[in-house]
Formats: sequence, C-alpha cells, structure tokens
Amino acid sequence: MPQPNTAKFRIEVFYKKSDPRGIAVRDKFISLGYSINNVYLADNYLIDIEVDEESIKSAAETLVQPVTQSYYINKPYNPENFDYCIEIGFLPGVTDNISHTVRESLEDFFKNKFDEEKSVFYTTCYFFKGELDKDIISSIGKELYNPLIQRIKIYSKEQYISNNGMGYEIPVVHISENSGVDNVDLNLDDESLQLLGREGIANSDGTRRGPLALDMLSMNVIKEYFNNEEKREPTDIELESIAQTWSEHCKHTIFAAAIDDDTPGGIYKSYIREATARIRKEKGDKDFCVSVFTDNSGGIDFDDDYIISDKVETHNSPSALDPFGGAITGIVGVNRDSIGFGMGAKPVANRFGFCFADPEDEVPVYKNKSEDSKLLSPRRIMEGVVHGVNAGGNTSGIPTPQGFIYFDDKYKGKPLVFVGTIGLMPKKTAGRSSVEKSALPGDNIIIVGGRVGRDGIHGATFSSEALYSGSPATAVQIGDPITQKKLSDAIVKEARDAALYNSITDNGAGGLSCSVAEMAKECGGFVVDLESIPLKYHGLSPWQIWVSESQERMTLSVPDNKKDEFISLMTKRGVEATVIGKFTSSGRGVVNYKGKEIFNLKLDFLHDGLPKRNLFTEKNDSPLKFAAFREPEDHNEVFHKMISRLNVCSFEYISSQYDHEVQGNSVTKPLQGKGRVNSNVSVIRPLLNSLRGVVISQGLYPSYSEIDPYWMAACSIDTAVRNAISAGGSIDHLAILDNFCWCDSNNPFRLWQLKQAAKACYDFAVAYGTPYISGKDSMFNDFKGYDENFNEINISIPPTLLISSIGVMKDITKAVTIDFKIPGDLIYLIGNTGDETGGSEYNAFMGEKEQGEKFTGTNIPKVNAEFSKRVYKAMETAVDERLVASCISIERGGLAVAAAKSAAAGIMGCEIKLACIKDNVIQRNDIILYSESQGRFLVSVNPGNKDKFENIFNDLPCHLLGIIKKESSFIIEGISGKKIINTDIREIDYNYKKKLKKY
Amino acid sequence: MAKPETLILTGYGINCEEETAFAFSTAGSNARIIHINDLIENSRILDDYQILVFPGGFSYGDDTGSGKALANRMKNNLFEEIQKFIERDTLTLGICNGFQVLVNLGLLPILNGFDGNAQAALEYNASFRYQCRWVNVMIEKDSPSIFTKDIERMHIPVAHGEGNFYAPEDIIEKIESQNLVSMRYIKDDGSRGNSEFPFNPNGSMNDIASICSPDGRITGMMPHPERGMFFTQRDDWTLLKEKYLRD
Repeated sequence: MPQPNTAKFRIEVFYKKSDPRGIAVRDKFISLGYSINNVYLADNYLIDIEVDEESIKSAAETLVQPVTQSYYINKPYNPENFDYCIEIGFLPGVTDNISHTVRESLEDFFKNKFDEEKSVFYTTCYFFKGELDKDIISSIGKELYNPLIQRIKIYSKEQYISNNGMGYEIPVVHISENSGVDNVDLNLDDESLQLLGREGIANSDGTRRGPLALDMLSMNVIKEYFNNEEKREPTDIELESIAQTWSEHCKHTIFAAAIDDDTPGGIYKSYIREATARIRKEKGDKDFCVSVFTDNSGGIDFDDDYIISDKVETHNSPSALDPFGGAITGIVGVNRDSIGFGMGAKPVANRFGFCFADPEDEVPVYKNKSEDSKLLSPRRIMEGVVHGVNAGGNTSGIPTPQGFIYFDDKYKGKPLVFVGTIGLMPKKTAGRSSVEKSALPGDNIIIVGGRVGRDGIHGATFSSEALYSGSPATAVQIGDPITQKKLSDAIVKEARDAALYNSITDNGAGGLSCSVAEMAKECGGFVVDLESIPLKYHGLSPWQIWVSESQERMTLSVPDNKKDEFISLMTKRGVEATVIGKFTSSGRGVVNYKGKEIFNLKLDFLHDGLPKRNLFTEKNDSPLKFAAFREPEDHNEVFHKMISRLNVCSFEYISSQYDHEVQGNSVTKPLQGKGRVNSNVSVIRPLLNSLRGVVISQGLYPSYSEIDPYWMAACSIDTAVRNAISAGGSIDHLAILDNFCWCDSNNPFRLWQLKQAAKACYDFAVAYGTPYISGKDSMFNDFKGYDENFNEINISIPPTLLISSIGVMKDITKAVTIDFKIPGDLIYLIGNTGDETGGSEYNAFMGEKEQGEKFTGTNIPKVNAEFSKRVYKAMETAVDERLVASCISIERGGLAVAAAKSAAAGIMGCEIKLACIKDNVIQRNDIILYSESQGRFLVSVNPGNKDKFENIFNDLPCHLLGIIKKESSFIIEGISGKKIINTDIREIDYNYKKKLKKY
Repeated sequence: MAKPETLILTGYGINCEEETAFAFSTAGSNARIIHINDLIENSRILDDYQILVFPGGFSYGDDTGSGKALANRMKNNLFEEIQKFIERDTLTLGICNGFQVLVNLGLLPILNGFDGNAQAALEYNASFRYQCRWVNVMIEKDSPSIFTKDIERMHIPVAHGEGNFYAPEDIIEKIESQNLVSMRYIKDDGSRGNSEFPFNPNGSMNDIASICSPDGRITGMMPHPERGMFFTQRDDWTLLKEKYLRD
C-alpha cells in the first residue's frame, strides 16, 4: 500500500546498451581523481495517478526509446555491477521541467487532467562501480547535487537490494497554511525599526521573513506615511511591496542619489541619461534612438520599418548559489526584456559575459563556520553557469553569437553573469506604433505564463545585499525555457500583430508587485484580486503571492472587447492566461483577498515616496604596486604563455555549444577562420530579406579599475566601439549599454571610483556620439565569510563596468573577420602604441612569474577620442571600399596576442617587424608587444590595394609591419632586427586552445 | 506548374519554423507555418498540403529524450491523418529535432510501413556535448531521397546534442542495402568521416547524417539546410569572398 507522500508507480528507464551519459559521468570523475570503473544511469518517473496497471504500462512505453532503452514499473533496475546508487531529485517546490513535460504527455495520452502539484516527479539514479567507500561516494554525491535545490539519497548495493530499490517518496510541497495578513507595527524604537528593515517582518515564532533591505531613512518615511496619511498600520503585503519597489535592484537608489555637492542629479541623470540627451540633440535628424531607458530594453532604428532593441542584465547572486539555475533564469529572464519591449520584440540574439575565479582554484571558502557551508568551487560555478546559458538560449531558439569570459581571483565570492538579448520589432504593428504603449483605465490585468510559487521570494531585496549566510534559498529559481517559448511565440508572433493588448511588461524582480504597479503608472491605478492568481501549490501567504519572482510570466493590459479572443488564443497555444484585476485611474493600488482589502496605497507614494539620498565620495590614494622588471630574454616562452592565459585563450568549448546559427541570421561567427579563433565582435542579419546587419560587441577592463576608474571606463567604451568598427560597424549608427557591477557601495571610496567611471562614461560616449540606450547596475558584489582555516575574509569583486555596443551596418557582404586570408597580404598596425602596460595581462603574467603575484603598474592606457574617432572613420571607409581582408581590434594582450589570433584563425604564418613602427619611442620589445594601448587595429590588405589603403590613412598612424606567409612559421622581429619570436602556427594553435579544452 | 503548398509545423519549442518557411518560399513553394494545436483541432488542413515539414528546435525541451514528447503528441492525436498524408503523393521532411521526431514517430526508417514504432534512435553525441559547427556531407547517389537529388556534396551547419544515429544490426543492414542513407559526414578530402570528430560531429553509425524512406518521399537530416541558404551564412564566406575578389 503506498503511504501518503509516496507515488503509486515508479517507472525506471535505463539503457539496454551503453549509456553515453554514464560514460560522460565516469570520465568526469576520473578526471577529478576518482577511481571509477563504470557508471549506469536510470531516469525515474514517480507517478501518482489513478489508473490501472495495464494503462500505466502503455503510458510508460511512451517515455522510452524502444531501440536503446527499456523500463521497469515498480521494480528496481538492477545493473549487473555496482557498489553504490545515488538518487538525485528536486526539493519540494523547485521547478522541475521534465516532470512538467511528462505530466503534459500523460494528460495527452489519457485525455485527462492530473494534479499539477503531486502527480509526476522525476529523479535520476547513478549506479557507481569503482574503488569506493562511504566517504568517497558521499563526496561524489556532493559533486553531483546542489543541496539548495536538490535532495540526495545514497544506498550501498546491499541497502539497495534489501530496500528493494530507492523507494517511492515524492517531494510534495508542505507549507503550513498561512493565508492570514498581519499588520505591522512601525511605531518602534530605532533599533527595532532598523532590525525590521534589515531582517524582515517577524513571524509569530520570532523568526524573520527575510530582508526588506530598507534603511532607517526609508523606514521613517514609511512610518510617517502610514501615521499621517493612511492613519493606520501597514499590512505585511504593503510593507513587502514597498520594499520590493524601493529596492536598490528596482529603483537603483545609488545611481539615483545625489552624489557630492557638485552632482545633485546623481550618477544616472547627470552622466548616463544626460550623455544620451546631448548626443541625440547634437545628432539632430541623424538621431537613431527610438526608445531609451524607459522601457524593458532600449531601442534604435534598424531601417525605415524596423527597430532593434537591446538589454543586458546581470544575474550574479542567484548564480553564486545555484549556477545552473541562476544562469538559465538570467538568460530566459532577459529574453522577456525583449518580449516586453514596446508591444513585444522578437528575440534575435543572446549574448553573455562571465567573470569567474580560476577554475583550478580548489581552496575552499565558507559562508559560516561550518564545513557544510562551503561555497561552490569556481569550477562548479563555471560549469553550471556555462551549462545554464546553453540550456536557456539553445532551447529557446535564440542564437548566441557573442560573449566573453574573464577571470580574476576576486570573483571567487561572487561570480558575475552578464546576459543580454537583442530584439527585432516592426515600427508599426496592427496599424499602430509598436513603441508607445499604455494601459488604459478599465483594461483587464492579465498574467500569462508560469504559475506562482515560493521561488524567488525576496530576489530583488536579496540581490541588493551582500551574500551572507542567511541568504534565503527561496531566492533560487530555475528557468523553464519551453513554457516561455510558448508564451513568447504566442505574444510576438500572434497576439501583438492582432492588437489584442494595450500594454505589456515583464514579471521580473519583485514579481507582480512591481509589474502591476509599474504598468499602473500609465493609467493611474489598479485593483487586483489575489485569489485569482494561479498557484503552483497551496499554502502561500498573500504577501508571498504578490512578491514571488516565479519565472516565465508577463503582465498585460487587455481591453474588455479583446479579452475573450486573447485568452482563447493563449489557451490554444498551451499558455495559461488569467484575469487578475483591472487597471483604474483612482490614483491608488488596491489588492483584495478573500473578500478583504489587504493593500491600499497611493501610487505616488509607492513610486516616488522613496527618500532621495545624498551620497558622498572620498578619494583614497592607496599606493599602487609598480611593475619593475626587465625585458625577458626568451620572448618565445613568454609569448606562448601569454596566449595560453585564461584571459586570452580560446573558449571555443563555450562558443561551439551555444547555437549561433539558429534563425539563420549568422553572418560573422563567434569562432572565425578555419582555425576557429574567438572573435570579440559578431554580425547578425536579423531580417533574412534585407542586407542590413547588426554588429554587436563588448568591452571591459576590471584590472584597470583600482589604478584609475576614469580611464578604465574610457578604455571599456573605446574597446566596445572599436570592436564594432573592426567588423564593419559605423560610428554614426552605434549605441552602447552600461552595466556597472560594483562592490561595497556604501563605502565613500568605492563611490568615488564609481563617480570617476561615470564621468568617463559621459565624456567618451559624447566624444564618440554613441548614446546609452539602456543600462543596469548591481552594487553589492561582496562576500563575507571564512577562509580554509575559518578565519574571516571579505572578497569583493574589482569594480567592473561592462560596455556593450550595438550598431547597424548597411551591407553585411562588407563584414570583416579576424583571420589572415591570403599569403602575400600586407599586415598593417593602425593606431599609436604607447608604454601603457599598467593593469595589463602582461604585467599580471610577469608578476606571477617573478613574484608569485600579479603586478599592476600605473600606466594604464588612455583614450584620445577625438583622434581615435578619425582613425575609426578612416577604417570605416577602408572597409566600405572592400580594402580590408582581415581586421582584429587589439585589446587584452596587445599586439602580439592580436597577431597570434589572426594567424591562428587563418592557419597562416606571418613575418612582422617591430622596427617598421614609425616614430616609435618605446625601447622595449615586450612593451610594444603587450601594451594594451587603445585605438588600434591589426589588419591585412591585398598588396594590390596598398596605395588606396594607405591613402585613406595618409595623415593617420598606419604602419606596414609585415606580410602573411604561405609557410606555417610565425616570426616577429624585434626593434633591433633580431627574431625575438620564432615559432610555428601549430604551436600557437595548441597553446591558445589547451587551457580550457578539458571543460 | 502550380506552386506546391508546404506546411511548416510549429509549437511546443519548435524554433526553426521561420527560416525554414523562408527557405521553402525562396525555393518556390507557398509555405505556411501552422501550430500543431491548430492542426489537431482541424486536421483536415493537411489535405491542402503536398509537403509537411518538421523543423528544428527543442520540442518539449528534449525532456525524456529529443523528439519523443512531440512524437507522442502526434501519435496521440494525428496518427491516422499522418498515415493518410504519406499515402498521398506527398513529401515529408524532418530537420534536426524534426528528424528526431520522425524517428520516434516511426516515420524513419520506415521499413515495414507506418506503425508508430521507432526502429532507430538519435542518441547523445559521442562528445556528450551540444555541437554547433559547419560540416561537410556527401550525398549518396543511389539514395532515393527527393530532397537531396542531383547534389553531390554540401558544406552545411549542424547544431545538436543528440544526433548520433544508431540502429540495431538487422535494421542498419536493411537501411544500407536499400540505399536509404542519403547523407554522410565526410572529411575535407571527401573521404568518409569514419566516426572521427569533428568531421563526424556526433559519432553517428556509418557517418549517417540523413536517411530517407524507400520511396524517397520522407527524409530526415541532422544538418540544417535552411541555415546554409546564403553565401554569407557560410563559416568561410569572408575567405571565399577575398579569393573571388582577386580572381
């Protein structure tokens, strides 16, 4: 007899022949040093539905590939040879996509609906054979699962046999029903009020519900509002809702605050928004911006009829806890910023950027003083994040043509996971503007997509705080790309063009509390009936329903006369759509639950009540480590070590597992040339019947931040712009996006760095005429915990600014790639090389080599935008006239690395003479080779075009350095004429690719 | 001649329907994208079409095995209609995930008629990793496939995690002896991929990239021809362009 919480049927599916997954798992553990002979897997479906045994047998057959697999029902799989079995399944309430699919298939098979909460569950069993004991199998288990989202059960073979398999338990959610609404007393002493803001509302048992992340200033404003205006205590749902809306994550309180006495407008208004305003004004009728800062993405003109949108997000804190779930939720989430842009833009490309610690670093770090609180290792974070973006992007059918990885030990406490989505939308749909949208009073509030659970509660307030031991596991979510794909297709391919709604937005941070309130700004109010919201399981408190960040949901404003048509379309597409209330013009937001009003706030207060802060910065002249070392004797050795460094080497294994061909829009790829070398820029063709293309790239230099944040930001902008030019982009039709990931942002010194970077953001965007169209910030990327000896440590990321560029090129047939192409072609260095190795990859390498610790140095690159702009315009002309056979923008690693990449990509040798650099004043070969001076390209040119090409650069720095060779030798002559690098293209390929190959 | 009517399926995670429709339109047919639920609701729609295409994508997220859940949905709701469709003078094509659906649906290989039972499998790639890359394939001259007729060789992209073709010995013998292999992965010099990565990107048995029905009217392939329509989609076009500019 099945007990409560057990399933009636357990179907175990296993391979008749060797299971390729088992081989992959075995090889992975062998590479980690375990002694494993064999691994077998079984997929288990625990099914609790009322059908007879004959029917479940027929149903089971639909879950099996009959040629390769077999199955048992209520009988354990018993592979011949194993010592231990590990079963891994999800914890109650965690998104389980496989179970979801199986339930849908069973419903379709039986033509019957089954309980969404408890009918189907999925687990995996791993059967291990090898030199194992209890401790070893337990450490294997830890490698396989993540306790925040999964449960594990380990049986020895004896236990497995005596218990007749792994059992029938199912993880049904049990929440002690708490449908009540509590009032919260704010008339407390300062200390208690502060505690309330920091740790959340107290439950009756004294525990706290999790951070509100409201400081004293905010708590006092809220207290005054309720005492004076509402003349009552707030309810818990009101307080939670205010906390979500006012969070750093949603309101960007630091970017909005006045900063010092000279910048009362604050960082965002004075530097970012103002730069765009000035550029647009200066461009006049050449302004290509369509929508900036106000919507879910920013948008620019693609052509007369289409808009291209772009948004880059971060998902750092969740990825630290559950790298796979955090990353997949991040990428699928930023897709909704495209679907929620205007009336809905179709996602046409994803991009990524990952900042990790060295994956080979295995020294543990702990959240608190217990062995169990170990952070996931950098390797597991990297593997999980890479896989998460793979699963999210590939499954959604959105190409991922561009991205980067960057490594620094300071990302060990918190990785950075940047995810971006580019969208395409007609300027007009159904005869009306696609950009303008407005919810109207009387419109129905409809939510579509996934159901609401406890996942993601306090995500917005959590990501506004440093990672510490009390971080709620409920902040973790797992994306469900298929649910979203159905939703996305139904919206951007059907409902939008039938004009079935007046407005749409994403449900991201803060869930419904933010999306409904945000849309209500357009009309002036809302009334929501909380009971109508579909839930994943019972027992959620009203405030939890309201702030939950369960994924794959969007909120729409649908007029009465379109309501039925809209819901019927969604139902036909397998998308759940529910009316949850009405938009009004009352000036207030109202939420009812079980016949009672539990939330009634002035919208003005909710949106604008947040007290404006005034922040102050303080410069801190910490001494920098100079980098004093001699030019190395053996340049060959240094060169090969440089190209194999984590921040330079190939990440082909990532680029080739991210589909960059889907939608058929690929023009220039993430891996270029026969040698498949990572390019820092890609071109796509989002409309297959147009020759226009979109050029996308990124730039960042975290290693410059501590030296000079102003020039760090300048270099990031210059790189993002220059990379786009190198592929055929035009500086006249190029926009940028800013993503600030900072640390310890209450610290006046960190704020000083922020302000310096922001100033440069203004100066260089204006100088290049490249407007910001969207941005995002994440201000507390700090970790407080314990090292391997349980001594306290703080790990803060280096201030990291990612600049992403997006531009339009008129003719994709003029796009340029980085690979050397034809022997005999001339190699030119364009731009000036200075002694600018401060913060460079080379200094880091030399420091590690000579003293076991990175050198920084002080002389970081500076940017002369006026001058570089002339160089870039000249390069545009040369590309436009088809004079450039290959072009690579020189960034991290300098000239030598750029030459190595172009040669490796083309699988062609070359001969380069440093003495041919005109007016060179640098006496050291190593500095010429590895200086990261901005504004430079390395290009190859058909000798027949020599004069034409040189004429274009006649008054600009254009150095003919050498020639592409038919032979495979790669030779660089130093300034004295001596061959200082003399190697072979195969050796370059090997060293460039070896570092990350094994992952 | 009247233009043939092509039905391109979509829904539940299929994601290559637009470029596939673009390719069929460019090739001279009227292509319409139809949601599988609309087809289930009104299966007589199929009567209006001569070509049925299962495009690439991630139907049902590949949960329980790629192509499986969508094949189940077809079997549960459209079995007879498909039977009728293939009995008419029609063409059926499955690309990538569409090929996986055809195999699980028992439409390929279809050695004993259409009974809904899979006779082969598309397994996890031998590398156990999703691979997006361009490969070379040769077309088997004696294959009856209508889709690959009069082609000798193609440079074409693949993008999949489960493209490793496998069939039991008796089945593979029949497939080979009846010339039902329409495409095989090859090396740059034209010789067989010989299961070597990256030429054979997934470890497929006998380097099989595509198979067809004995009458050649049903074809399934792992490579994506709709991603190789234009010169500028190729991975080597910038190199070829430079060469052509100088000729």
